[in-house]
Amino acid sequence: MNWVIENLPLIGQRTAEHLALSIPPIILSFIISVPIGWLANRYRWSRGVLLTVLGLLYAIPSLPLFVVLPIILGTGLRDSVNVIVALTLYGIALMVRTTADALGSVSSDVTQSATAMGFSPWTRFWKVDLPLAGPVLLAGIRVVAVSTVSLVTVGAVLGIKSLGLLFTDGLQRNIVAEVATGMVATIALALLIDFALVLVGRVLMPWTHVVSSKRVRRALPSDAGVAA
Amino acid sequence: MIEFRQVSKRFPDGTLAVEDFSLVIPSRKTTVFVGSSGCGKTTILRMINRMIDRTAGSIEIDGEDIVGLDRVKLRRRIGYVMQNSGLLPHRKVVDNVATVPLLNGVPKREAHARALELLDTVGLDRALANRYPSQLSGGQQQRVGVARGLAADPNILLMDEPFGAVDPLVRAELQHELIRLQRELDKTVVFVTHDIDEAFLLGDQVVILQKGGVIVQKGSPTEILTAPANEFVADFIGATKGKRALHIDRRDGRDVVLDSEGRAAGVLVEGSAGTGEEVPT
Repeated sequence: MNWVIENLPLIGQRTAEHLALSIPPIILSFIISVPIGWLANRYRWSRGVLLTVLGLLYAIPSLPLFVVLPIILGTGLRDSVNVIVALTLYGIALMVRTTADALGSVSSDVTQSATAMGFSPWTRFWKVDLPLAGPVLLAGIRVVAVSTVSLVTVGAVLGIKSLGLLFTDGLQRNIVAEVATGMVATIALALLIDFALVLVGRVLMPWTHVVSSKRVRRALPSDAGVAA
Repeated sequence: MIEFRQVSKRFPDGTLAVEDFSLVIPSRKTTVFVGSSGCGKTTILRMINRMIDRTAGSIEIDGEDIVGLDRVKLRRRIGYVMQNSGLLPHRKVVDNVATVPLLNGVPKREAHARALELLDTVGLDRALANRYPSQLSGGQQQRVGVARGLAADPNILLMDEPFGAVDPLVRAELQHELIRLQRELDKTVVFVTHDIDEAFLLGDQVVILQKGGVIVQKGSPTEILTAPANEFVADFIGATKGKRALHIDRRDGRDVVLDSEGRAAGVLVEGSAGTGEEVPT
């Protein structure tokens, strides 16, 4: 415990660095996955091809990717860009399938009636399909977020600064408290981001909250006549 | 007036859903397409607002070929009500009703005010305006669907089995509500159903369809009931099953209407002797 108190500024700094490496890949993989997921969901051929190829990205081991990317990108070995690019790729690998499924899960009754109302294809995508895909997209991005926060630590092996450095440094110097702090802080950070995402979902998708409260009400006999 | 001239629709997979279909749908009347599933009635309906594009022939609205019109603009001036309401689950009732005016750029305040009036028109409590569709009953959702279809004050209202998914009691209520609305609003209504009773109840013109959009008979309910064009129609409207071949029998001083099986279908009231009551009409 002493170690933690003496090194609070260091832990704070590593947490901030970890956050700076985690947030961009989460946002980028979400944004990039939307058009790819749309394309995958749009045509039968594109679904198989895109989902298989992009899914395979996740099979690339992270450490070699961190080493190879600097060569491809022309960046330094300890450049944080490498981590961001690598984790964005992993994020896309997970998120494209979810996005395709999320868009596919939108009821065709609703999309057809939206078209019949006179939504143009572009407007319909942004105002109907995407928001209604929201709950599934949220579930997907939560997985990406937790996975990203945990994968950021791998960069520590190459000396890229994050909470992961607390493991490597703690192992080398044999400070158990430091290793434990690194682990606990990483998990705490993952939970925090996850919680933040759930909160954002609540704010952006108020109707999902309403539906669940109705399920409870519907169990009451007084509401027996209510059809789904 | 909507006019179909030798319209055909072949889907990309080769199915010929509608073949050589010609029909005039008069303005300010209710035309009902009725037929079993797969007869092409929904396809025909959806060709009017170009949800489906015909592959041959022409469709004109008030003398204007719809092929030359922008689809999105065309749809915004035609009301559309479908089964399961098709309401946007992520928008409140008031926003759902105001969908088309909002798409057309009507200011939000104005569109909402109009939407609230429409809730009155379709017999819904304004208190429901801020609920989400999932918080309404099936019948209420269909009413919202009708209000949404009317929001841009279209001349034409397309209704694709709008009451198919609600229970019989609510359905009867919605049907009578639609008759009342039509009396007030005077729209050109095109209605699709597989229920012949619904067709006779709502239709000024009833069009009975067979596979491929073939018109077996069209006319007023009375015309079809009194002179079914063929066996198929007679069978479809239930004439052969005795459901519609009614006769009168006198029992306990009252005229009872019986079907061909002798089951009571009702009691004759208006002008009936012996009851001694004046029946208000």
